[in-house]
Order: sequence, then structure tokens, then C-alpha cells
Amino acid sequence: MSSPLILRTESEALAAPLPALLAEAEHLAATVVVGDHGRRRAGLGDTFWQYRPAANHDEMRSIDWRRSARSDETFVQDKEWQIAQSVTMWVDGSAAMSFTSHTESKAHRARVLALATAILLNRGGERVGLPGLPPKRGTAQIAQMAGRLSTDDNADYGHPDAAEMAPHSRALFVSDFMGDLSKTEAALTAAADRSVRGALLQVLDPAEETFPFDGRTIFESMSGTLRHETLKAGDLRERYLARLAERKDRLTALARMTGWQFTTHHTDTAATTGLMWIYHALARR
Amino acid sequence: MFTLGPIAFTTPWLLVALAALPILWLILRAVPPAPIRRRFPGVALLLGLTDETTQSDRTPWWLLLLRMLAVAAIIAGFAGPLMNPQTTRDGTGPLLIVADGTWADARDWDARRDHIADLLGEAQRAGRSTALVTLTNLPPDVTFQTGDVTALALPGLEPAPFRPAPETVAEWTATLEGPFDTYWLSDGLDHASRADTLAAFEAHGTVTVFQSPRQAIALRPPVFADGEITVSAARTPIGPGREVEVAAIGLDPAGIERQLATATITFEPGDEVSETTFALPPELRNRITRFEVAGLRSAAAVTLADDALKRREIALLAAGNAREGLQLLSPTHYLSEALAPTADLIDGTVTDILLANPDVVILADVAQIASGEAEALQQWVEGGGLLVRFAGPRVAASDLGRVDEDPLMPVRLRAGGRSVGGAMSWGEPKALAPFEETSPFYGLTVPEDVEITAQVMAQPDPTLAERVIAQLTDGTPLVTRKSLGEGQIVLFHVTANAEWSTLPLSGLYVQMLERLAVSTRPVAPTVEDLEGTSWTPEDVLDAYGRLSPTDTMPGVDGAALAEALAAAQPTAEMPPGLYAGEDRRIALNVIGPEETLAPATWPARITVEGMATSQELDLKGWLLGGALALLLIDIIASLALSGRLRGSRAATTLISVLALGLATLPDDAFAQDETDDRLAIAATSDVVLAHVLTGDPRVDEVAEAGLLGISQVLFRRTSIEPARPIGIDVEQDELSFFPFLYWPITADQPTPSADAYARLNRYLRSGGMILFDTRDADTAGFGVSTPEGRRLQQIAAPLDIPPIAPIPQDHVLTRTFYLLQDTGFPGRWNGRDIWVEAAPVDAELAEGMPFRNLNDGVTPVVIGGNDWAAAWAVNPNGTFMLPVGRGSAGERQREIALRFGVNLIMHVLTGNYKSDQVHVPALLERLGQ
Repeated sequence: MSSPLILRTESEALAAPLPALLAEAEHLAATVVVGDHGRRRAGLGDTFWQYRPAANHDEMRSIDWRRSARSDETFVQDKEWQIAQSVTMWVDGSAAMSFTSHTESKAHRARVLALATAILLNRGGERVGLPGLPPKRGTAQIAQMAGRLSTDDNADYGHPDAAEMAPHSRALFVSDFMGDLSKTEAALTAAADRSVRGALLQVLDPAEETFPFDGRTIFESMSGTLRHETLKAGDLRERYLARLAERKDRLTALARMTGWQFTTHHTDTAATTGLMWIYHALARR
Repeated sequence: MFTLGPIAFTTPWLLVALAALPILWLILRAVPPAPIRRRFPGVALLLGLTDETTQSDRTPWWLLLLRMLAVAAIIAGFAGPLMNPQTTRDGTGPLLIVADGTWADARDWDARRDHIADLLGEAQRAGRSTALVTLTNLPPDVTFQTGDVTALALPGLEPAPFRPAPETVAEWTATLEGPFDTYWLSDGLDHASRADTLAAFEAHGTVTVFQSPRQAIALRPPVFADGEITVSAARTPIGPGREVEVAAIGLDPAGIERQLATATITFEPGDEVSETTFALPPELRNRITRFEVAGLRSAAAVTLADDALKRREIALLAAGNAREGLQLLSPTHYLSEALAPTADLIDGTVTDILLANPDVVILADVAQIASGEAEALQQWVEGGGLLVRFAGPRVAASDLGRVDEDPLMPVRLRAGGRSVGGAMSWGEPKALAPFEETSPFYGLTVPEDVEITAQVMAQPDPTLAERVIAQLTDGTPLVTRKSLGEGQIVLFHVTANAEWSTLPLSGLYVQMLERLAVSTRPVAPTVEDLEGTSWTPEDVLDAYGRLSPTDTMPGVDGAALAEALAAAQPTAEMPPGLYAGEDRRIALNVIGPEETLAPATWPARITVEGMATSQELDLKGWLLGGALALLLIDIIASLALSGRLRGSRAATTLISVLALGLATLPDDAFAQDETDDRLAIAATSDVVLAHVLTGDPRVDEVAEAGLLGISQVLFRRTSIEPARPIGIDVEQDELSFFPFLYWPITADQPTPSADAYARLNRYLRSGGMILFDTRDADTAGFGVSTPEGRRLQQIAAPLDIPPIAPIPQDHVLTRTFYLLQDTGFPGRWNGRDIWVEAAPVDAELAEGMPFRNLNDGVTPVVIGGNDWAAAWAVNPNGTFMLPVGRGSAGERQREIALRFGVNLIMHVLTGNYKSDQVHVPALLERLGQ
């Protein structure tokens, strides 16, 4: 498909306008006020946070003498406590994703979105990874991810795998979710069991939403393994759309149950809308 | 051939294929449309869904019907359908095909030729031998040959621009031998020879006549009377009302043939003859060479104008007329009386007269001609002019032709002249001698009462004898003539009025002028007139009414020409056209001035076929075209049915299918007009400032924003309430709507076209003002240092700009609204001076006045480089677009820039109103009194 370099360039371009994203751990939220003001990338406790009066449990060496000398009280300098978060992404690279009814395939959109998210997270100091590529920080990781994302899968439909996810990490699943939902469900529940939170992004082609077909048609899956023939494709539209809506409902319910976020993104809309959604979904505590 | 009502089929057995249509119906109905194979990831959701209708989708009946119709049309089309098939003519034996071949045939000659070709083909198929003749171009003998051999002569068969001559036709029919059938293509007109010829043909066999009932129109020769040309036309058969347009055609001053005037001849229902008149100025009238019925291809639709239409232009020149009021003594009175009915007279000086290129110049008692004028006159005579001079007291008293022969005098004159028969002289008044044979006046009778009492005398000379063309009874020359170049000079040795002789009082005077071709004879020439003369055809008409010059035809005898003219009967030797003689040209037209047309009538026993009734129409093309259209519809319908016609592909398909079948529609021509009107309405419903579009988007944007800014300032501070400014294109838009144009100069601006310059100059002259802004803060000094400055010089060079000067301190622009004496006129830059129309050199400071009264009116241009628009420019939200200067000094500069703008627009709109304030004290003072 697309070469790693091109994919990366496009993703960088897409990620450029957004401020860095800081996805923080849930337990960090209690002590650290995060928000758009935070652009800290240094390691643990590098940054000044506040002075507070020293308490009994404070060690003597933690007292900030320079501050304390200006008054009768003793003060302790608190540092901002930052912990980098791991985000594991899974992007469906199956044959079904390569479908397009106009110019941009679902797979391409999914990869650009995922990599843009990875770049944002990396810029915010998070660690990102893919299945088989442990979460790391740095541009080398991004380059590796881009290379890995550019490979195609031969299977008709893809399924996420929660096996490698670290507990309490974050995850992003990008797929069309057209395959067997039970596997997705299993992966999602397994992830939820490990307190992995994240977002499900369903990327669909407009043709898949509208089913603009008529007449005698033989429908084939992208690799040709599945086949369905109909004499009047137009008659199937209602029932197809009902099934699609049912599938989305099921995914929504699943997401609600596990505390994940779910939305559907169409390839004929701007990629930034998808990225914005991911940004907010991952920023959610 | 199989006939079905009015339709026949050339290959009817093909129609058997129509029987296969029901089978095709069944086959097409049974086969469902082919499936489309689609890759679709959503197939996972489709698995298990079944079709509601298990029956296969059939082709709908209407699509089937469409295809059936298409196939049926193709079958029927290839079966060769013919509408109104020509019935075959039967007959055996030789067939003589006769065409009248006159001008009346010319209009549809091609159709006739095709018809003859059909006849020849038919005759050949029937094994008949054929011969082909036209009655206007009869062959010496008739040989019957096979159709294809006869057809060889067909391309050369042409109609003639005259009627068949009865005697010739009678002679020819007498030579015909043997039995044969005749097919006669009549031209529809009744000719004198028709009945006799028909009888001759009938003596040999059956006669079939072909005649189409069309109307023939013939123009009669034009008649000139009372200053108007009357052109009449005859028509046959007489039908309902009709209007035909007649065009007068001639050479324009550049020598190019064009339509000089048109008029309409209106035939009321039942009118056989109708006429129209042309009232044209003499200059135009003399140029007419022919009249034509527009859109009619026939020799009779053209009538040639000859000299009878022309009126000679005669210039009369008398010596300074000192004696006012004595009309009968005026040297030219008798001349103008004699010539006015037949010629157009010109007055004026010699140079003016020669410009009009008259045919004749008459100098009545003119002795002194300025040398330059004399040369011009001599040149004109050498080019073919006729100079007629009359003697008189001035000539007698002058030294004209005294010592040497004057080039403009035929003879030398003796001093003083002579006076006979007067109170102070000897002898009787002299009479005229009869004219000699060599004289152009030969044959004119000399009235008894013509007396000569005084004359100038010719100096005896070896050449004198041959130059005398009229003399007195005592042998003294009265009229002498000499040739000069191609023209000639004639001297009457008496006065043009009755002072020296009674000649001007006699009819002989007019006749002599006539003989000298000073005036023309408007009547048609008679046989006697033309007897013995020879005439050369210059231009001849063909049957189609085309006039072509000729120089290969032999001359014709004058008498024969006169006969042909009288009978209006051109012949092959004497085709209609223009014949040139020694001193005039005669037009021989197809029909005479009184001739009418009559339709040919045939006895009841003769079969008459018409042309229009049985037009064979081949339907093959229509049917095949219809089938193609149906198939195109079928393409669209099939695509729509099978679901392949969606989205952008639908548009592509539709366009390509339509492009196959249809031509593109023409553009809407009204769009342009509407926008023009909108611009005009927008520009005129309010005061609108305009800027010239430079093509540089940024400059144009700033210019528009600047004008918007100054418009807002004007609105707030003054009573001028401008509407939104408009950007205009000097190449296209009308400028006159705008009182003021702001023209920013860019270095790469295109130079306006000549047309645009014309309009810009008109704009400047009619009170418009252009503010040229080089936007570089530098060119106020007109240095060529900046590209914009150089460009401005190039652009402004062809403009009609008065002398300009740096603006003086007391220019009205400094006080039309704000007082700007000491502030300069800054824009975004605070550059040097600006330039306006220079003050008149005599402008002086009036006493007690603070300023001079400078130019009256608005300066048409203001030139500067301070980039005013940038200082005025505002954003849509009302803030200034560009910074000016720094801090409060910058704001002050912007304020001054705005004030300059206000003053400028005030100046444009109020003109010199403020300038006139200079008179206020005087006015007040006067009011006080």
C-alpha cells in the first residue's frame, strides 16, 4: 500500500495543527491538574509545582530553605508528578479495509488517523505501540510504527488482540468492524478486565452506509472468499442498513459496558474530525 | 417496388425480417440482465438475506418495446423506403428533351438538370434513344443517342439570359425529322414562338410538358424622372400580395461594389406590375450600376443602369460677380438655365470643384486663374475632362493667350476683340454660318435670329483652321476647340449671357451644349441615332443575373443594338449587358420598360407535370437515425435499470450518450446584456467612485478598499453619499457613468487597446477625472526611476492630457472642502508634489484676492505616487487596512490623506465652484447697492 515515508509525512501534516495531547493515567488525575496548559515532557518531578507548608511527615532534606528563609514557616517544594502513559493501537489491515468507493480507502484513513494520534501522543510525552511493538517514546518508534502500519493483512476481516496490553494502559482500535463481532467483544472484555480503557473507531466507506446498489448483483468480499448473489440489490438495502445499525448498536453497548468510547468515521469526511474525536476520547479520564 | 400508400420500398423482401420480431421479444424477455460483480466488504452483513421475489428480474416491457421499435426501424430503413415514389413514364421510340433554357429557368436550373438526368436514366433503362436541346441554344441538327451519351452534354447545359428567338426556333423545328416523343421543360413564361413550336413537336409524336407553377419576377429598366429613379417589376403568374426587395448596387468611393440603397416593391394581390422609387443624392445616383431583386437568381432580376440614369456634373465658374442683383446679366444665368434640367451643377472655387471630379467645367469670362489652380485644371483636362470657356469683357481686356498659346485656351487671341453692329461700330451684327461636316455641331439648323455683336478674335495660326468648329458668316471663328491629353478645351468667342450675342437666347445654344456632351440626352437612342456606330460589350449578364466584364466579344452594330433595345430582345450575339460607344454607354436589359410577363398556357391535350408535387423522399436516413436515437435511449435505460447509472458515473454516461446524439446548445446571448445593464444601473443610481482594475489582485483589493474608505468618510463628513465603489475594466466597461476614476499603476499592467484609449479620451474630454497613482512616492518628479513611473508614462502617452504642472499653492483642490495649503497631499507615503492641469500662463493674482482664478473647470488628471488608496483602505469591519507612518504623526498623515480625498471628490463633483468664490466680495458689493 502506501510507503512508510509517505504515510508518516501525511500523518505529521495532519497532526501538526493540534496541540500536544496528554493522556494521563487515572490515578494521576487525583494529584495533577492537567489540561491544555500542560506541555511538560521532562521526567518525574522535574518541574516546580507549588510550595506548601512542611508537615510532620516531610523529610528535612525536602524542605526548600530558600523559600523558608523568607518567613517563619518552613516550606516544601512540590514537583509536578508526571507519569507517561502507554497507548497501544490496533489498526485493522485486513482486505476489507482496502475497499473504497471513491478515492481514499478505509485502510489509508485508518492508518493516517492512528499514526497522527501516535505522533500527538509522542509529542505529549506518551508511549505508543502496536501489537508486537511494545510502547516506546521517540520518533524512532513512530517510524517503526509507520513501517508496521504499511503492511497489509490477507485476511478478509481483522480482529483486535488484547493479549499484549499492559494493565491500566490505554488502547485505540481502528477498524470497520465488519467481521465477526464476538472476537472483538472478547478482546474488548479482556482488555477491560485489565483496566485498559480506550476508544473504538469504526471507519466506514460512504457506500457501506448507503448501499447504493441496484439490479442483479453478485457481492464478493474483498478477497473473494465470501459471496452473495441477489437479483434485486435494491431490495436488500433496507435490511442491510438495519443490520449495519444493529452492529453499531452492539458496538456502542459494548463500549458503554467496558467504559470505552465508540464512534463511526466516514472516509468522505475530513480526517481531522476523526482525529479530534480520538483526541477527546483518549483525553477522557 | 412494393408500394404501401405513399411509401414504397426498393427492397421489400427485407421486410420479411419483421416477422422475427415476436421471436426476438420472447428471447429478450426470457434472458435476465447479466449480473454485476461487485467487491463489497459489507457482504458479511448480507449473508443469509434472501430476495423477496424469487423470480428472475425480467426486462421491463417498455424497454423491450423500445428495442423492438429500434430493430423494426432498422429493418424498415434497410428495406429502402421512399416517400412519394416517382412513377415511371412509359413510351417507346426516340425521346427529345427540350428545355426552354431562358433566364426564367435559371432559378432552379440545378433541379431541372437533375430532372433531365432522371429522364435520361429512365429512357436508357427503357431502351429509348434521346436527344437534348435548349431552345435558346439550338444545335444545328438533332441526333438521338443513348441516355448516357446524351448525359455527357448535361453539365455544359446552361440557360441563356434571353428568350428564344421565334424565327430561329421556327427554322430549327423545320429541320426535325422522324417520329419522336417530346418532353418539354417549360420555363413557365409565354413566348411568342410557343404555339408554333408545340405544333411542330406534336407533328412528330406525343408531347409531355413539365412546368412548375412558380412566380417569375422581372425588373424593368430604371427610369429617371423628377429627381427620382423609378424601378418597376412585372410578375407572373399573378398571385397573392408579395414584397420584393430591390437593391441599387454600385461602386463606393473606394471602388468596391456594394449595395448603395434598397427599396421594397410591394405587389398588392392581383397586381401584375408594381414599382418603387429611389430618391438618392446625385453623387450616389451616378454610381449606380444596376438594380437587383435580392435573393433571386435570374437575369431578369437584374436591370442595368446606363448613362440615362447618370446626370453629368457640371461646374460653373464665373469671374467675380461684382454686379449684384442683375440676374439676367449674370455670366452664368443662361448656362444654369440651360443645364439645370439635365445636369447637376456645382459651384465653388477651382480646387473645390476639382475635388468633386465634375464631367465638365465651364469658365464664363474667367481670365485669371491662379497658377496652382491652372495646373490642377490642366491635369484634370488631360485626364479626360471637358473645359468649356466663354469669352467676355475680362477675357478681352486681359493678356490671356495673347503672346503664347495658353494651355487652357484653344487658340491665341488678338488684343481687344471686335464689336460689330453697335452704335459705335461699323457694319451689321454677324450671323452664324452653317456648320461644316467636321464640326460636332453638324446637322443643327442655325436659326435666323442669332446675331453676334461682339466677340474676341482668334490670332491667325497654322492650327486655327482645324480648331474651328463654328464660325460666323464672314469666316471668323466663333467656337474653337483643341484636345489636351484625353480631354478637350472649347472656347466660345462670345459671352455666356446675351451681352455680346443672342445665341444664349436661342434653342441652338442648348443643342450646341448637348452636342458638346455637356448635357446628355435622356431619351432612348433611336435607330437613326445609332446608325453606323459600333458598340463594344463591356459587361454582360448571364442567365443567373451575374454581371461579368468581357473583352472577348465582338462589337455590335449600332442599328442592331437600337433594334434590340426597342424590342427588348437580346440575342446570343447581343446578350444583355452594358455596351460602350464613343461617348456613352447603353444598357441592353432582359426585358423592356413596358413589357409584361404572361404565363405559358397549354392545350388540354398536353400532359403537364409539376415539379413540386412528386418530390421523392428517401426515408432510409430518417428511419436509421430514429433507430440510433432509440438505441441511445436504450443505453441509458438499460444502465439505469441495472443500477450502473449512479453518481458521477451517471453524469458521465449521460453526457457521453447525449454527445453522441445531440449537438451542444448555443450559449445564452442575453447574459452579457444583463450584466451590462446591472453595472449601468448600479453605477448610475448613486454617486459611485470607480477604480481601474490592474490585474494585480492585491492592488485591486487595496484600491477597492481605499475607495470604500474614502466613500465612508465622504458619507460621514459631507453631503456626498457614495455607494459602494466599483472596479472597472477599461477595455470593456462603460466609463461615462463614473465622475472619478482611481487608477493605480503597476509595473506590469497591460497597455489599454486603441479602442479603450478612444473611450478614455472621450471620458477625459467629457469631464471625467482620473487620479493616477504610481504608489511609489517618487514619480511625482516624473523621474523614470521606478518601473511604475515608466509604466505610467507609457500608459498615459496616448491619452488626451492637457499640459500639467505641479499643483500650485492656490489651486482650488486645496480648498474645495478642507484647507490644505500647507499640508501637502500625503497618502500612505508623504511624497513630493502632485501634478495637475497647468494653470494658464496669464493667470494673475487679482487684487485683494487670496488666490488666483485658475483653470475654469476640473483638471482631467491628477498624477502622484503617494498610494492614497492604501491610506484610505478600510477592512470590512471598518478598521484601517494598512498602517500609515508611526504613532500620532501617522494618524495625522492619514487624516490629511482622507482630507485630500474629500477635497478631490468635492473638486470632481463641484468643479470650479470654490474657484468662483473669488467673486463673492464683488457680488456682495453689488447686492449692497
